[in-house]
Amino acid sequence: MTSRIVQFPITVVVDGERVQVPNGITVAAVLFNLGITAVRQSVSGQPRGPVCGMGVCFECRVTIDSRPHQRACLTAVADGMHIRTASHS
Amino acid sequence: MPDRSCGWNAHSHGEPLVNPARIETYPEIVAADVIVIGAGPGGIAAATCAAERGLRVVVVDRGLDAGGQIWRRKLGGGVAPEAQPWLTRLAASGARLINETFVVDVRPDADGFEILAESAGRPLRVWAASIILATGARELFIPFDGWTLPGVMGIGGTQALLKSGASFAGKRVVIAGSGPLMLPVAASLADAGARLVLVAEQASRASVVRFAASLWKTPSLLVQAAKYRARFLTSTYATGTWVTAAHGVDTVTSVSMTDGRRTWREPTDVLCMGYGLVPNIEIARLIGCETRDGAIVVDSQQRTTVAHVLAVGEATGIGGAPLSLVEGEIAGISVGEQRPASRQLLRRRATLVASARRMLDVFAPRAELRSLPAAGTIVCRCEDVTYGAVQGAACARQAKLYTRVGMGPCQGRTCMPGLEFLLAWQADTVRSPVEPALVSVLSSEIADNATPSFLFNSSVGEAYQ
Repeated sequence: MTSRIVQFPITVVVDGERVQVPNGITVAAVLFNLGITAVRQSVSGQPRGPVCGMGVCFECRVTIDSRPHQRACLTAVADGMHIRTASHS
Repeated sequence: MPDRSCGWNAHSHGEPLVNPARIETYPEIVAADVIVIGAGPGGIAAATCAAERGLRVVVVDRGLDAGGQIWRRKLGGGVAPEAQPWLTRLAASGARLINETFVVDVRPDADGFEILAESAGRPLRVWAASIILATGARELFIPFDGWTLPGVMGIGGTQALLKSGASFAGKRVVIAGSGPLMLPVAASLADAGARLVLVAEQASRASVVRFAASLWKTPSLLVQAAKYRARFLTSTYATGTWVTAAHGVDTVTSVSMTDGRRTWREPTDVLCMGYGLVPNIEIARLIGCETRDGAIVVDSQQRTTVAHVLAVGEATGIGGAPLSLVEGEIAGISVGEQRPASRQLLRRRATLVASARRMLDVFAPRAELRSLPAAGTIVCRCEDVTYGAVQGAACARQAKLYTRVGMGPCQGRTCMPGLEFLLAWQADTVRSPVEPALVSVLSSEIADNATPSFLFNSSVGEAYQ
């Protein structure tokens, strides 16, 4: 997979790591492809990941360019975008 | 037809229906004859037909593209063949589509509605004489132990993730739920290289067979189902089978399945769950439209019980894209109360509604699913409220006040339909804001010195195109 990803035009930074991704892919799909299924922690500290895929459930919330609580499933990547998930620490 | 103030109805076909005086009153507002909320098949058909009549139509949709969930484009792929003619017509119709936008509040005034939306992080106000609600549906989830684990996703949610670029190659997947959506999702996952462990339909074999037999009038649907099935023939499709628990630590690693007699485990990387669809009626209820059995009540011309508010598609009852298209056409013709839709359209709708009702009966969740959640099972994923904490409550309102169930960011959209099934609760009232929004959007005001902007004659419209 990595060998294919390198050819992609967009560079995003996921939890401090630079990743090349295709144009138009959503942040949720990028995280899934990186194996980050637990993208956030719930109010009681449980791992959570995407569920509805269409902006309804708010389970895929991550921090994008320092803005917290962004829905990864509704956000398309942009070059230079910084994404931080719960698996960061 | 009710008489509207300011000479609203005096305009003839093709003339601007928006009272120019309104634009002076609300200088920052995008003004339109019709706002369509939602750009799935129903919203697209409604917007197209209304705009083709000469009405000024604004369509807002939260997605990155028009098409809703059913016509979502696969990353790097083309538009679905059935969507192409409509998208072409929409583009030529003059209707203006504003993506990445969700409605926060709707306020009726003397002769229309002021809609506040968050549009790509900024406030957007639309003033419209009529509203067409095309808000679609979401999946019905019924909680069970482990359903909160990462890797447990909606069936439609998985399809959305797959289409938006996620790779499922080599992943083990169990699909457990109900309804016709399972087949196309299983087919797409198989095409994408996923290892489909099991596709489990909770409805009984007898029900599914009866449903298939009822499709004799529309053999195209049977052919379609067979084509989907052919794409995952090497995997098991089981009826009368459902998931009882998901297991794992940081992500799902196996699931417990049952057919009512025996229970077994299936190792998996992904569990797709969902028991059919729930109409999105929150905005309708905010406006005060009557709802029945969880769907917006409409008349033969798609009018809701609130004047100048129409509704189409799944929000008026689950029926699929072909029905949404017909309802959208009817609403696009009848909005503004210019003329009734043709008998031919009304007949097509009646046929599709009848087959949709049969489908809902067959795939209704079985009673056994009511015993799935234990006292410690989390039901509200936003606030981590357990089933035991809400079971004793008399109603949704009481449970909310005591436990915060349904009061997190999703505002109960994920847990409440399941809890209504489990505990026979009635849906609680809906208040503004109908969805979490930025404070800068909620507190935004129309500037005194704002430049008048009329979407169809100014640069505002171009900027959003």
